[in-house]
Amino acid sequence: MAHRTILIVGAGPAGTRAAARLVAAGMRPVVVDEAAGNGGQIYRRQPAGFRRTPADLYGFEAAKAQAVHGAFAALEERIDYRPQTLVWHLWENEAHLLTGERTERLAYDALILATGATDRIMPVPGWTMPGVYSLGGAQIALKAQACAIGSNVVFMGSGPLLTLVAYQYAKAGAKVVAVLDTAPVSAGIRALPGLAARPALLAKGLYYTAALWRMGVKMWRGVTPVAIEGDESVEAVRFSDARGVAHRVVCDAVGIGHGLRSETQLADLARCDFAFDAIARQWLPVTDQDGRASVRGVYLAGDGARILGADAAEIAGQLAACAALRDMGVAVTEGELADLRQALAPMRRFRAGLETAFPWPARLAAALPDEAMVCRCECITAGELRAVARQKGAPEVNRAKAFSRLGMGRCQGRMCGPAGAEVLADALGVPVAEVGRLRGQGPVKPLPMTAQSAP
Amino acid sequence: MSAAVVSDAIVVGGGIMGAATAFFLRKRGLRVTLLERGLVGQQASGVNFGNVRRQGRFLPQVPLANRSRAVWGRLNELLGEDAEFITPGHIRVAFRPEDVARLEQHVADVRTYGLELEMISGNALRARFPFLAGNILAGSFSPLDGHANPRLAAPAFGRAARREGALVVENAEVLAVEKPGVDFVVETRGAGTYRAPLVMISTGAWANTLASRFGEKVPLVAKGPQMGVTEPMAYRIDPVIGVASEVAEEGIYLRQVKRGNIVYGGGWRGPALADAQRAYVDPMNTLRQFPMLRRVVPGIGALRIIRTWSGIEGYLPDDIPVIGPSGKVAGLFYAFGFCGHGFQLGPGVGETMAELMATGETVTPLAPFAISRFDKG
Repeated sequence: MAHRTILIVGAGPAGTRAAARLVAAGMRPVVVDEAAGNGGQIYRRQPAGFRRTPADLYGFEAAKAQAVHGAFAALEERIDYRPQTLVWHLWENEAHLLTGERTERLAYDALILATGATDRIMPVPGWTMPGVYSLGGAQIALKAQACAIGSNVVFMGSGPLLTLVAYQYAKAGAKVVAVLDTAPVSAGIRALPGLAARPALLAKGLYYTAALWRMGVKMWRGVTPVAIEGDESVEAVRFSDARGVAHRVVCDAVGIGHGLRSETQLADLARCDFAFDAIARQWLPVTDQDGRASVRGVYLAGDGARILGADAAEIAGQLAACAALRDMGVAVTEGELADLRQALAPMRRFRAGLETAFPWPARLAAALPDEAMVCRCECITAGELRAVARQKGAPEVNRAKAFSRLGMGRCQGRMCGPAGAEVLADALGVPVAEVGRLRGQGPVKPLPMTAQSAP
Repeated sequence: MSAAVVSDAIVVGGGIMGAATAFFLRKRGLRVTLLERGLVGQQASGVNFGNVRRQGRFLPQVPLANRSRAVWGRLNELLGEDAEFITPGHIRVAFRPEDVARLEQHVADVRTYGLELEMISGNALRARFPFLAGNILAGSFSPLDGHANPRLAAPAFGRAARREGALVVENAEVLAVEKPGVDFVVETRGAGTYRAPLVMISTGAWANTLASRFGEKVPLVAKGPQMGVTEPMAYRIDPVIGVASEVAEEGIYLRQVKRGNIVYGGGWRGPALADAQRAYVDPMNTLRQFPMLRRVVPGIGALRIIRTWSGIEGYLPDDIPVIGPSGKVAGLFYAFGFCGHGFQLGPGVGETMAELMATGETVTPLAPFAISRFDKG
């Protein structure tokens, strides 16, 4: 068979398993990853010189982390691995790579996007103040650098990461002042049938909560965040509880987040079709059950396609690799495909359960005061966004962006996009699906003008 | 079918040309309908560089540019909105003696059209614009020009036209323009039928669809400008800067907005898919622009760019637009094909076309832009 170049973007669980499956078929894929070490965000490697054990770093997930790390280590001779490299653009079946200040083009025959996710942020007045971190950021500080974000920390938001990060902080010896969950208790009960699809994960979630209770951490459910207060940095969090009683908790750092959002810019630059996903309340690339996108030769796997978590990402990575192999004429048995698809099914049910248990609090966007910052790169407030919606006529997000600058800054809407869409939809009185999605444009992340093309 | 909406004039295409024309027609008291396929100012008008530049133009276009500059000066008062128009000046710089000679000739030529430019060279240039590269030989400076925000200007004209009483219909794709009798009849896709004795076609890169119907198809092609913007830095670069060069790749232009970002474009153009209504920036063009930007303003060379974008512009082979009456059909007018330099002209085209359509004549010479120049034979 003629040499084919298969490019995998991302060296987390999905990218690792995709690469392994391709290597098993005799391929030598290129694996590009932004991080210095493989493992993705969930199984992130500690920097050189750090000596914590896998159990310290990954807790219950230590065995899985070691398995993914081990699988990748076994591949290293048989793949073309490019760490610390950003795919900043895709153009006519070529990926534009940036390593340091060097750019080069890489032609590919197939592209597997395993680009993972970022935190999904619902703004609250004061969220841009020093001392406020995303939950994922707070976790990385701990995992990578063994640092806490503060001495007296409040975690606020919703989703599985909320109690997990709080638990990890408390276990590491940090003072967790409070865990403030916007999801009501009733949502958790409604979600039980879905969550029961993965009893072990449900049990872990309950374990973290119970452990936090045992450690004396105050936990609230069904809260409404009011503000993060402070002069120059965080001093307190104000919220009202499920019964509407106002509280103020003194702290010096806050971790916020409401689950994850898929990183989909590369699929956009590859010109894949997107559709609104009602569960995620996000526009996601359209794929078939094995991860084939609408554009020939493009595949998606892992949280970058749909937030299903690390275990599902490992399966989806293999499935996407199988799909790519089949499309190239390499035999893959029906049995293998059927097994992988079957393994993925309960994870999809569990995901629906999670979104029921920890719903994205769209209502909070509607309730944001006008002076609250939505787009932190361009300093655009909820009020400014509402004004362009109502006064200038912005029926969809790209028009709102053109008029207000929301999403025009360094993050290109990756942080403010979900909340911005909710604020706009509320101001217009339409469902969030109707305000559309921000069009993706290169570069995927800021590109230095000092970048030099490789000869 | 419901009855046609009747007005005195219909403008097809709500870019800056159409929106400004509708506004000024209304100012003259005509009943105006503006039909826009998508949203006003969403295509090339909304995504261009934002240059309000008069120098470096085809000489017979300078009177129109001057007229437009006068409207730009009254824009906030006319529209009741701020389109971020500022006048820190526009400078064209040259690195080669032959380009300096061309600039000097142009300075002399445009003076007869009432545009005063200033040639600045050597130490005087560096004293005044210390951010310019040391090997720039000279520049021609147009002190009363500047830049505006293209995302705001055309939509502001559309809103102002509506406030003045124009019927502005968005999401109204025009399927056919016919002239069965005295009036034109304009059919849209699901957004009604319209009737008027005057019609202007200002549908940019898509103008041939309607012009062909009247036997006036022109050699119009769609291309996309290759735009980008850097992260913000302290506001230091006040004039708009363009490079005068015969080498396409060197022809870069840039401006800094008050917010701090540097907006740039130039060099090669990219693909524009008119049918799909998408245009793209070729990442290789982006990489080619970096050394050209550093060549002009070395101090910005270490910034990072955060976004690139393009738009769908209509180009004609002689690099000048079609502006004026149809050569074949009474009551029909055109303003399209601005070849990437229409933004500054927009307000002036609006005022001029409104004058022409309302009175049958205009004080601004439009003969060089007649569509009949493309007639065979």
